[in-house]
This record gives sequence, C-alpha cells and structure tokens, in this order.
Amino acid sequence: MSEVNLKVNLGKLVLKNPVLVASGTFGYGIESHDFLDVNQLGGIITKSLSLKPRIGNPPQRIAETPSGMLNTIGLANIGVERFIMEKLPELVKLNTTIIVNIAASTVDEYVECVKILDREKVDAFEINVSCPNVKEGGLEFGRDLNKVGEITSKVVASTNKPVIIKLTPNVTAISEFARVAKEEGATAVSAINTFIGMAVNVYTRKPKLSRITGGLSGPAIRPLALAKVFEIIQKVDIPVIGIGGITNFEDALEFLIVGAKAIQIGTHNFVDPSSPIKIIEGIKKHLIKFDLNDINQLIGTLQVDQ
Amino acid sequence: MFQTIAEVIDKKILTDQIILLSFKSKILAENAKPGQFVNIRVSETCYPYLRRPFSFCDVENDLIKILFTVSGQGTKALAEAIIGSKFDIIGPLGNGFTLVDDFQDAIFVGGGLGIAPFPFLTKFISKNKNIYTYIGARNKNYIVTYGLKNYRIATDDGSLGFKGNVVELLKQDLVNNSFREKIKIFGCGPTQMLRSLKLLCEEFNLNCEVSTEAAMACGFGICQGCPIESADSSGYKLVCKDGPVFNINEIKL
Repeated sequence: MSEVNLKVNLGKLVLKNPVLVASGTFGYGIESHDFLDVNQLGGIITKSLSLKPRIGNPPQRIAETPSGMLNTIGLANIGVERFIMEKLPELVKLNTTIIVNIAASTVDEYVECVKILDREKVDAFEINVSCPNVKEGGLEFGRDLNKVGEITSKVVASTNKPVIIKLTPNVTAISEFARVAKEEGATAVSAINTFIGMAVNVYTRKPKLSRITGGLSGPAIRPLALAKVFEIIQKVDIPVIGIGGITNFEDALEFLIVGAKAIQIGTHNFVDPSSPIKIIEGIKKHLIKFDLNDINQLIGTLQVDQ
Repeated sequence: MFQTIAEVIDKKILTDQIILLSFKSKILAENAKPGQFVNIRVSETCYPYLRRPFSFCDVENDLIKILFTVSGQGTKALAEAIIGSKFDIIGPLGNGFTLVDDFQDAIFVGGGLGIAPFPFLTKFISKNKNIYTYIGARNKNYIVTYGLKNYRIATDDGSLGFKGNVVELLKQDLVNNSFREKIKIFGCGPTQMLRSLKLLCEEFNLNCEVSTEAAMACGFGICQGCPIESADSSGYKLVCKDGPVFNINEIKL
C-alpha cells in the first residue's frame, strides 16, 4: 500500500492522524487495550478530571434512545492527584498524543488543575465548559460568553501547552463561543458536547434519568453536530475538532470535508471499542481510492454549488 | 476481555416466555467463569444502538448459552436471530462468583430470569458439596429448570410449587434446619428479591454473594453508566467492572 500522510496540524497541536477518542468514552485511556492498539490513535482524550474526586450522579445514569443514548454520569472521576499517581504512568508510555480533559466548578479550579498537570507529561488540555449534568460549572459556564472568555484566557495564561475548548451545542450561536475562545488564545475548539435531552417511562411516568434531563449522544445527533461544526468553520478561523455520532470512516469524513481538522469518536467506543482503528484504516483506504496521498487534501473541501 | 464474532448454533424455546440461545465461541467458552457476562451487539444498524448484557447461563465445550425473555428491541432482535447468524460479542466481563470459601452446602436463589447464571455455576460446585436451588417466578410460565439440580419452586400465584416468594420458601427450610452447618447463598434476581435476601442473610448471619443487574453501555468500566451504591455510602461501585457479583454486605439494595 502506498504511503498516505494522515498528519494534521491544529496550530501548535500536531496529531499523527485526525482520529481521537472523546472524553468520557475512553476512561483514563488504559481500559480498552484488549480491544485495540491505542498507539495507532491520533490521540486520547481522558475522562474529565476535577481537582477533587467526584462520585457522580445516582442511578439511573443512562437511557437508550433512537440511535443514541442519554447520560447523566455527573463527571464521576478520581481527581487530578490520583490520576497523576495511578493512571498517568501507564499513559505516558504510549506512543500517541495525550490530551487531558478538565472539568471544574469555578474558574480558579480550572486554573489549578491545569497548573498541576502542566508539570506532567501531557500534550494538551481540553477544557470542558459544556457538561450538562452538573449543578455548578458545566453548561452554566458554557452558555456565558464572558465566562468562556475568562476561563480560556486564564487557562491559556497558566500553560504553554495547547488548550482546546470543548463547546456546548445548547446555545443559539456556537460560533460566537468559538470566536471568544480564539480571541482569548485557545489553540482549537472541540464541537460538540452533548445536546440536552430527556426521556420518560410512560408506564411509571418517571423520567428515565435520575437527574431528569441528560446529554444526548450517538448517531442521532450527527447531522446536528455537523451543522454546528459547519457554522464555526464558516465564521471563525480556528481549528475545529468535530464530534457527534461518528460510527465509521464515512461519518468521520463528513466532518473533515466540512473543515474539521480532526474528529473524536465518542459513544461508539461503547458499541464497538475497536472502531477507532477501523475508522483510521477506512480513511486511509478512501484516500488511496481517490488518488490522494494526504488527508489535508480532503479537509475543508466541501463542494457547494453556487 | 475479547471482542469476537460468534455464530448462533441453537435456539431453544424453554417456556412461552423464555429463550435459551447458544453461540459458538471457543475463546469465550474457554475463558468464562460463572457469574461473568457478555455484552452483545444485537444489531448492525443504529437501532437498537447499545449492546445488551447477558450472564453466561451455561458453557458446553465451545458453546456459550444465554437465557432471556423478550422485553424490548434488543431481546426481540436476539429472539428473531436465525441459526447461523453472527453477532459481535464482548466478554468475558466482570467478576464471577467466589468459590474458594469454606462452605458445605451451596444454596442458589433465583428470581425469574435470575436463575440465568446457575446452570453454569452448578458445574463448578465440587462434588463433596450439596447444591440446593430455589427458583421463584410470578407464575409457572416463567419457571425454568434448565441445568439446575435439586430444586424447589415458588410462584407468586401458586400455579407451581410453593405459593409465595422464593425467599420465604428458603426461610422455611432454614428454620427447619434443612442444611449442614456451613452454607453459602448465591442469589440473583430482581432488586426486591435481593432486598428480602439481604434481610434473611442478616437474620441468619449467612455468607451470601449476589449477581446484580443494571442498564449499561460499554460493559467494561469506561461509560460509568451502571453505578450501584456502596453499603458504606462512600460512593458507587460499577456493576459491570466491580461486579456484577458482590458480597451482599458490600452494596446497598
């Protein structure tokens, strides 16, 4: 097979290929080794870490919906300190880009997490300002342009590593948030986090999730996610990492053709944990089939009839 | 853990409601332990999207068997599976039953489809131990005795065996000293039954492990979707990874 270049540059963040695994769908990066060679991934984005451990929300935390799922996990995680002690030593042995996702209830907590992790061998940060399932932080920040600006500028000032802001789609104009992230120095934005959703058991008349509403993910949201990515690409000059319901290489290519520089596999890691590798292989074969030797020849080449 | 493609070899309708499905998979059969489970991709399309978890009901040579009733889109797809069709299966998952404890009599208590792990577990109980199986269900249409030994039956409506719940039936036999001195209870069934079982174990100070159930997505600990509260209120354990088998004193029911 002829050589194909899959390397992509997102400003100062360089990935060996555009396929990442999304935060919250790949644990701390070391749990899925039985199912795939994680060294082949473009990068791993860890579960959201907070300064202190969080036990998460009570059951029921998940519910299946047509072509997707709702979740209200509530950022259950072991905290930054235990992550560094227990998980990071395994992660740094891997030959892939390690991106740590940070969630917090206050602006200071984001900064403190980043400062602690900045000393460690992690390659970049993804800042979660878009979790719909926690009372403080999360969406409350992600829907406030000033807060997203403040968090971005303070986090960027605390590290030399690339900072990615993960945006919520639960706003009127996501591109405004991407613009603020760019102005305050973010390297890239991830679009999107989950849509707020809800489901009811009609026999008991109870909500299917313990916190009533949750985040909708999976193939059901892919067209919505793609339109959000398209909106950002149209309006703001910042590298975009596309996420939302990607299950195979064609789904991934949709985002890349629209202009995302990289993509993340999320919920599909639960359904087919080896799918990220299949997607990388699928992209490679597609390029060869169309006589392209570089993924960058395909990125942002959407053909729109005038 | 393995992700493998397995072929449906046999489908048996055990009662009007309950189906036993056999898949051929050497790798799963060789590595399975009683109490562990598999997570099956029931459709290649996106609906239903998530995998469905099932205990190993039985393992025979290179066959693994699961037991289920049609309760939604996922089990409907499996019930309609034709012999020779293939499914993507992940397993073996979770922790199985502990069998090294010091006990003379093994008592299995299953409510409804909760008997699922016991045919396989039966094969692992050493010959010098007695097995007593207590099977409970709402009525006789839900009673399955496949692969079970020395069983007594309870039905809610009295259509078969003892009229009442299976834990009451076991309690009668405990009161009557029907067992040897060192016993161990293995329970599996609806939460209501496990709660009654927990009270019984407290009353008679019994060693007990239970297999629990929860809605889950991944089955191996990354989605965090299947929490069960720790008995000490310190937080949650995951049914898929910390369980599905727990000592009954470890968890809140």
